Amino acid sequence: MTQMTEPSTRAAVKAKASRAPSKGLPKWVLGLIGIVVFLGFWELMPALGVVQAKYLPPASEVIAALATDLGLTAFWVAVGDTMLAWAIGLAIAVAAALVLGLVIGMSPFLRRFTNSTIEFLRPIPSVALIPLAVLLFGIKIESSLLLIVYACFWQVLIQVLYGVADVDNVAMQTARSYGFSYAQRVRDVVFPTMLPYLMTGVRLAASVALILAITAELLIGSPGLGKEIALAQSGGAISGMYALILATGFLGVAINGVTRVVEKRVLSWHPSVRGEATA
Amino acid sequence: MKILKSFGYLLGLPLILLTWWWLATSGAPNFFVPTPAKLVTTFIETWFGERMLTDVLPSIMRLVVGVLAAIVLGIVLGLAVGLNRTLRAVTEPVFEFFRALPPPVLVPVLMLLVGINDGMKVAVIISGCIWPVLLNTIEGVRSIDPVQNETSRSYGITGFSRIRYQILPSATPTIMAGVRQALSIGLILMVISEMFASSSGLGFTIVQFQRSFAVPEMWSGIVVLGLIGVALSFIFQWVQRRVLRWYHGLKEVENAV
Repeated sequence: MTQMTEPSTRAAVKAKASRAPSKGLPKWVLGLIGIVVFLGFWELMPALGVVQAKYLPPASEVIAALATDLGLTAFWVAVGDTMLAWAIGLAIAVAAALVLGLVIGMSPFLRRFTNSTIEFLRPIPSVALIPLAVLLFGIKIESSLLLIVYACFWQVLIQVLYGVADVDNVAMQTARSYGFSYAQRVRDVVFPTMLPYLMTGVRLAASVALILAITAELLIGSPGLGKEIALAQSGGAISGMYALILATGFLGVAINGVTRVVEKRVLSWHPSVRGEATA
Repeated sequence: MKILKSFGYLLGLPLILLTWWWLATSGAPNFFVPTPAKLVTTFIETWFGERMLTDVLPSIMRLVVGVLAAIVLGIVLGLAVGLNRTLRAVTEPVFEFFRALPPPVLVPVLMLLVGINDGMKVAVIISGCIWPVLLNTIEGVRSIDPVQNETSRSYGITGFSRIRYQILPSATPTIMAGVRQALSIGLILMVISEMFASSSGLGFTIVQFQRSFAVPEMWSGIVVLGLIGVALSFIFQWVQRRVLRWYHGLKEVENAV
């Protein structure tokens, strides 16, 4: 009896599962509806007088302003400045965190010795360094870099330390008894285990770096999109300001998308290798 | 002996760094870096007086109110959206955009919409902190084990008690990860909103010191922000240990097997 009913219930469950999505519209259509509803709501808010159009221009006006921006050299120069600070800051932070993380992580003594200092320095908000950056570098790109490097460094360092701690003890001892040198152990044993952790750290750091690049430009006035936003705001170019804000959002979406793709590419070998090892 | 050794590990590096700092600054006076003794006296003079009441506590209050409101709103909205497949699909692209939007750009927007007051600063903190909580709640609710859902349905557990006893507990580990992100974003936004448009508060005071080249005072302000950051991280870890005690216990058992 049970033998009989089991497949039929399973089929029922399956039918239900496949019916649910086909009943509604495909996912991307629903998403599109969400975007349209959001834009419509935005368009209506100033039109109905919920907020003054002076403070929140309708969506159509902002999108038109963004379209004009896309044709301007000045806009692309600002995007370039922001992305330059983002890229240099991220690269310095990842390189420094990777080297230090490997050195600290591979020595149990150093790991215990630095733990308290790392745990204390890590939660310090990087924006606390804004006055220092202004004092040292003024409105140059170095100000942005100081903030970006500080914030991203900890994100990546912690992940690298987790990754190194995750290395299989037997693999490490095997490498050692086969006479692997320190460099070989790092390259062939530690690095592959650590890579997924490193990629997580880089992905988090990439979005943090954008936040701080924009922050530094907004507050300190180093060149880039953030500075343009502050200028548009103080100059009363309100729809221009909203257009630039939309642009930073799209930059953020693009960075998230690219890092996710890179992570998938770099780690494409990983789950398969893991699967074989456990099987 | 063992206690002494772990004490050495705990304080060894900080002491070395402090000594190095002391040695480096004790010779020729450096304009940019005060000596440790000078920093300590300035720290006490600057912050343990009137300023505690006019700048530090109001800033912390705004941070606490903003973050708590963002957590509550994020979880409630997250439950509503996460439990409804259609709503989830409709809202996903818009929410993803807001998550990717760097939160500091919200400061000039809310300055226009709300005006320059306490409400604006709290609104900035809420509108920046809500996204990690909201999206993690949605993700936590979405990835609940289907067997659990079926079980509570067969036992007739529905409505509020289902949310209270089944959905919230299984989503909590994911939600806590979001709360952790929200805390650090909240602290950043507290400082930025005060630096950008304010006449009081921690961020404003520190920038004021920097503009008047009161370097030791500026450093003492950086220390205050650092201490708040460290305190928040300790409070979070304490809460997380309590809230997720069962979860860590479960993981240990699973890992042992």
